[in-house]
Amino acid sequence: VNADSLTSILIWLPIAGALLIWLLPLSRYATGSLAMLFSLAEVGFWIEQAARFDFSRSGLQMTERASWFGDLGVSYHVGVYGFSVWLVGLTVVAMAACTGYGFWVGRDRSRAYFGLMLLLTGATVGVFEAQDLLVFYAFFEAMLIPLYVLIGVWGGARRMEATIKFVIYTMTGSLLMLAAIVVYGLKAGTFDLVDGPVSASRWLFLGFMLAFVIKAPLFPFHGWLPDAYREAPPEVSAVLSGVIAKAGLYGMLRIAIAKFPEPTSFYRTTVLALAAAALVYGSLLAFRSADFRGVVAYSSLAQSGLIALGLFAGRDLGFDGAVLQMVAHGLISTSLFLIAGVVERRTTTGEFRLLGGMARGRPALATLLMTVGIISLAVPGSASFAGEFLILAGVFQRAWWWSAIGAGAIVLAAMYMLRLISAVLHEARGSTVVDEALDVRPGELALVVPLVGALLLLSAWPAGISHHSFFGQSPAQTVRSQFR
Amino acid sequence: VTLHTTHVDWFGLGTIFALIGASFLSLLCAVLVPRAARRLAAASIAAAGFTAGIVLSVWLYVDSTHAHTIVSGAFYRDRWTALGQVILCAVGLATTLVGVEHVPGWSRAADPARRDDHIAEFFALLLASGAGMAFFVGAGNLMTLFLSLEWFSIALYVMCAIDYDLEGSLEAGLKYLVVGSFGAGALLFGSALVYGATGTISFHGIATAVATHGLTGDTFVVTGIALIVAGLGFKMSAAPFHMWTPDVYEGAPTTVTAWMSSATKVAALLLAFRVMRTAFPHDEHLWSWAFAIVATVSLAIGNFAALVQRNVKRILAYSSISHAGFMLIGLSAGSALGGRALMYYLVPYSAMAFGSFAVVAARERELGVPVTLENLAGFGWERPFLGVAMWFFMFGFAGLPLGGGFVGKFYVFAAAYRHGWVWLVIVGVLATLVSLYYYLGIVRAMYMRPSTELQVQPGGVAVSGGAPARETLLHLAVGAALVVSFGSLFAVQPLIDLAQHAAGALPF
Repeated sequence: VNADSLTSILIWLPIAGALLIWLLPLSRYATGSLAMLFSLAEVGFWIEQAARFDFSRSGLQMTERASWFGDLGVSYHVGVYGFSVWLVGLTVVAMAACTGYGFWVGRDRSRAYFGLMLLLTGATVGVFEAQDLLVFYAFFEAMLIPLYVLIGVWGGARRMEATIKFVIYTMTGSLLMLAAIVVYGLKAGTFDLVDGPVSASRWLFLGFMLAFVIKAPLFPFHGWLPDAYREAPPEVSAVLSGVIAKAGLYGMLRIAIAKFPEPTSFYRTTVLALAAAALVYGSLLAFRSADFRGVVAYSSLAQSGLIALGLFAGRDLGFDGAVLQMVAHGLISTSLFLIAGVVERRTTTGEFRLLGGMARGRPALATLLMTVGIISLAVPGSASFAGEFLILAGVFQRAWWWSAIGAGAIVLAAMYMLRLISAVLHEARGSTVVDEALDVRPGELALVVPLVGALLLLSAWPAGISHHSFFGQSPAQTVRSQFR
Repeated sequence: VTLHTTHVDWFGLGTIFALIGASFLSLLCAVLVPRAARRLAAASIAAAGFTAGIVLSVWLYVDSTHAHTIVSGAFYRDRWTALGQVILCAVGLATTLVGVEHVPGWSRAADPARRDDHIAEFFALLLASGAGMAFFVGAGNLMTLFLSLEWFSIALYVMCAIDYDLEGSLEAGLKYLVVGSFGAGALLFGSALVYGATGTISFHGIATAVATHGLTGDTFVVTGIALIVAGLGFKMSAAPFHMWTPDVYEGAPTTVTAWMSSATKVAALLLAFRVMRTAFPHDEHLWSWAFAIVATVSLAIGNFAALVQRNVKRILAYSSISHAGFMLIGLSAGSALGGRALMYYLVPYSAMAFGSFAVVAARERELGVPVTLENLAGFGWERPFLGVAMWFFMFGFAGLPLGGGFVGKFYVFAAAYRHGWVWLVIVGVLATLVSLYYYLGIVRAMYMRPSTELQVQPGGVAVSGGAPARETLLHLAVGAALVVSFGSLFAVQPLIDLAQHAAGALPF
């Protein structure tokens, strides 16, 4: 395959798969297998892309460009940078695991379900690869369509409120972003992200940032988060927090920071304060949360804050750490939500007061949850330790108290994660935990273990991402020069 | 004495003649063809008429690179007209397909003896209104403008009331007649004032007279423009001239609603842009503000009123008011970009509007009662194709990138921004946000509520027990609408090129 067309293949292969699944009247088993085939092919194409990507070269790689509508200067322009490669990888791996989970639990209305999961994969990859503002926007919005239906149809009892909140919140942000895109693009004469000039307009910056802080989310724009993460099916929550939230953070890096240097430094303190608030507040809420998914949901809020702290520090280490942490946290929260699903399937609940003592007789579950939990609380030597350390070091160069706040929040992370582990695995046996509840099945292991394996690999070699995201010695310099 | 007759470019009027000829033929079916074959015969003639209309208007588009007036300046033969006629005939063809099984509505369809009463008249009226609209988009002076407006309006009044066993249908026809006549009266009065001030009825002549006699801002001309805007506002159902829309759309047979919501809007918006650009370019600052305000009011009223509706046809009626607002954003920009935006927007819009009402027609037939959000429950799973189509149309209406509606919105916003109106972009964006709630409400009703929640009132006239009717032609029409609305997302450049050539016929 031509290296340049890999970017387009990664976007359109799953979408073609979705259309195929909708058109073919296959059985549930055949549909699920076909969807898995497409997801795994997607992972294969990504490995090919990462292998062929030249990390020693500057600028955009594997580009494809075709005019979409020329009179306004909009073109279908896709390509990848180093950090986009890692985020695309996170997307395809996490989506494959989540699609597999849906197959494993046997979601009903399988053709609709698997088609939507594949559509979501394509749209999310599109967000990370688009190099034209309108194409970016189209994929950014397109993610919402399958998510809305996935939560609304396969979600829990209070799914209606959850979907409405989710859609209204995210669309408020993204429609204002559309207005900002129209203004930016027509002023610049092009909607291209690579050719487009930097802008000093604070209004435009705010228009873009609003969409990203809602998607990420940062405090106080997280109102949709608890409901959506609790009511969605576990694998969709996994995608939401593991992958979709990263699209917001990616947008901050690719568009808000790169295209609006002056407004970025003007609003730096504000954004850092919001990020720190998300970090501390999210951690406290996670510690107070009464159920498995609540802890993971609020810890995602905290982690989004941490990553935004790294991005808006504007220092070399912060950028490196932010990209590493995006991938690490993506894998962690995907695994945790899938484990939450595993627990809920056995006990019908995620509430801590009804859980407990699950480690007894279930060594695989205990090992899995312990491993992910330990990595998640940033124990030294883990991938998230590396990411968090880099972020805190980066933001320390801005001002010492930011990293003091961050370090405090990491202590909180240890508290809520250990609380989660002990509430599920240890303590007295919960009323819903019966002896017949099985240990993690091989099918489930096959989904979560690769994610954990990737995490262990990253723990062993975090530089694999942190030194291969931005071209050159200084990421801050690369961002300033718009990744050229 | 030799009578001087003007030279008539018959081919330039070809589309209109094809439609009106087919209209006569299908009216003849009412008396010449036996009842058993009448529906099929009339429908075939209608389909042939609209197909001929499409072919002729495509031909006219290709063959009218040089825009000019024909029949002594009464009609424009240019690409703006021709492209408008292509859209109109395509919608007409789709309406014919749906009409084969869905007119009259479910009230008489249950009774085999009376099922085909007035079916030939229905197709004759459909073709006649199509011909009127095809004439309307090319009108070249105030006289042909008014005549063609009445021509298609009168046909529509009757079509609304064709399901006369139903109180709602009669009411819709009467209401449309009364309010529509009011609008036509306003238009006529405005035309008289403009004629009084300028001494001419031709669009070009008016512009010339205003320029040579220094009539810019003249009281009569300005009042005339205001009344013409109001009269056209009635037809495009823009607020505050929209009062009739929800009631008429709800009461009329759904096939007729589908036709009205897409075709009438196409005709009225295209003509409005032409008359403003051609006849009143010197008062552009006035009408562009007027349309911007009408757009804002339409967006506000259409979207907020739709939030509280339960009846799906009323929701879609308010949605059509709000979309009139979006398209008026393009019109109010008054630029070539605005014209392109308007022309482009109409393609996915008319497909989605038509398609969504056709889906409602299918559900209505299945249930025998008006379709509400409650009895839409489970529809998406029971009728997968129609459900997915509706899902597409709703997301497309909401401006999510599932169809050309997204690009259309982008274009009208771009036109407003180029005109220097960022506030109008913000208004449009906020309106889109509000609209999400009710569009997603329909998706929610179709997919996220189990059909066991379905509350069908007993006593509804169920047409067919058990499995729903097959409705191949309706599926075909909905499928075509789906292809157009989805395809217009990808084929933006070719469509924009067509629209650019069309808008090139207007003076800028």
